[in-house]
Amino acid sequence: MIDALLPSEFSELEPFAAKWCLATEQERYMERLSSSMTEMQALYDAVTARAEEAMVYCDKFPLDEMPDDALNLLRLLYSMVMVSFPVEVWGQPRIPDTGAAYLDLLVEPIP
Amino acid sequence: MARFPKPPEGSWTEHYGLGTEPMSYEDSISTEFFELEREAIFKRAWLNVGRVEQLPRNGSYFTKELLVARTSVIIVRDREGQVRAFHNVCRHRGNKLVWNDFPKEETSGISRQFVCKYHGWRYDLDGSCSFVQQEQEFFDLDKADYGLVPVHCDVWAGFIFIHLGKEPEQSLTEFLGPMVTALENYPFHLQSERWFYRSPVNANWKLYLDAFQEFYHAPVLHAKQTPPDFSAAAQKAGFEAPYYGIDGPHRVVSTAGIHPWNLAPNQLKPMEILTRSGLFGPWDMPDLNFEQKPAGLNPAGCDPWGLDSFQIFPNFVILIWGQSWYLTYHYWPTASNQHIFEGTLYFVPAKTARERVAHELAALSFKEYGHQDANTLEATQTMLESRVLDRFPLGDQEVLCRHLHKVAGEWVDDYKRQLTEV
Repeated sequence: MIDALLPSEFSELEPFAAKWCLATEQERYMERLSSSMTEMQALYDAVTARAEEAMVYCDKFPLDEMPDDALNLLRLLYSMVMVSFPVEVWGQPRIPDTGAAYLDLLVEPIP
Repeated sequence: MARFPKPPEGSWTEHYGLGTEPMSYEDSISTEFFELEREAIFKRAWLNVGRVEQLPRNGSYFTKELLVARTSVIIVRDREGQVRAFHNVCRHRGNKLVWNDFPKEETSGISRQFVCKYHGWRYDLDGSCSFVQQEQEFFDLDKADYGLVPVHCDVWAGFIFIHLGKEPEQSLTEFLGPMVTALENYPFHLQSERWFYRSPVNANWKLYLDAFQEFYHAPVLHAKQTPPDFSAAAQKAGFEAPYYGIDGPHRVVSTAGIHPWNLAPNQLKPMEILTRSGLFGPWDMPDLNFEQKPAGLNPAGCDPWGLDSFQIFPNFVILIWGQSWYLTYHYWPTASNQHIFEGTLYFVPAKTARERVAHELAALSFKEYGHQDANTLEATQTMLESRVLDRFPLGDQEVLCRHLHKVAGEWVDDYKRQLTEV
């Protein structure tokens, strides 16, 4: 695959990469709000199954010198975390009973 | 049956002499009271505006919009490394000096000087006016008379405070008092990985302080955040704090903790187990190199210890977690029924991807809980404003809420007394 975003060892996660390898928490949160539970459940199932190996893989590199494909893998782990609340507890993308409330993350560590 | 002993008086509320009668929340819905708070509280107390790590180099600066005091302030590290604060206003014709794109938005950066966008007047980092465009056109103008207007500024334990009064009645450390300054040697500086959240909240600033200075609500409002087995046990047990402290206008609540890694799997969410993290923080804690535990921490000697939440008057909270990280809250009023909430999380910087993923879940958990807290406040504010009710019973686990409203009332009364004496 010429345009692979992820390391070849994680090629089965490639179908999720374009949608979920997002650099900022704000982007990942917006993606969560605009995604269906079916989409998030699929991401969650696929990434949690490989999460331990993915962390081992990413840990081969210093955080501030990660190659692009490893960085994408790390961002996919962040998205796994992001969808875990809808999948594990809420059963919906948004936090229940929170109406129009929002809490924007304006500064976060990079990567 | 109480899990933790109460003071000899039988309750924390009576121990601190706060009265046990139902409370009025008029101070959170009255526009007149809010107008008084602007002067009586926010121009007479030291206000935290951030940390020294936000000014990493000489010339680093950030601005802070203080609508409650109808001003904007520049915080800057000058050429000598000293942290200074100035009102963000050009001495020429009053234009806001430092801003980008949107005049009402905060900004930050690094600069050798400040240049007004309007007519190009320049100011050195120490506030002195260094250049006036077409100076010869002015009349008897001496640049030395036109430096930026300074704001009292001091630093404690890396926290930058300002005071908007003409002359503070107390130094910063006098104001903070022994309970807070006992945290002096806590290694805040090691925890420089910063996550900064902001949210406009349609409620009085004191209501959000109340929400985070009692944990009576936690097993109920946040019940669905945890697996049913855990929630049911938590709700049945209710919440009790082992310790409440009050020192002058400031407060602390300390809690007992749990070791999440010792819980049965059905008490945890799968993502917590996978990332070894959660609301209370990462399970694999960094070494904070305590030579000696700061005297002010874990006052009840809990093991495991949950957290200490220091409520520093008027609008600043330092919450130190037993799991070796901390966070701060700020509540910046914008109207009697609105404020800007800021939450900032601080971790020892992640060195590995695994640590970073653990931080991601701790931070997201904070956000999920924070949303629930914030939205509840709007529901409270609107019904308080209905004035259908005017007396509200507070339990002993809400002792700190009682104290905040008492102190706010005292500061306003004191200010009114000073006005009539003049």
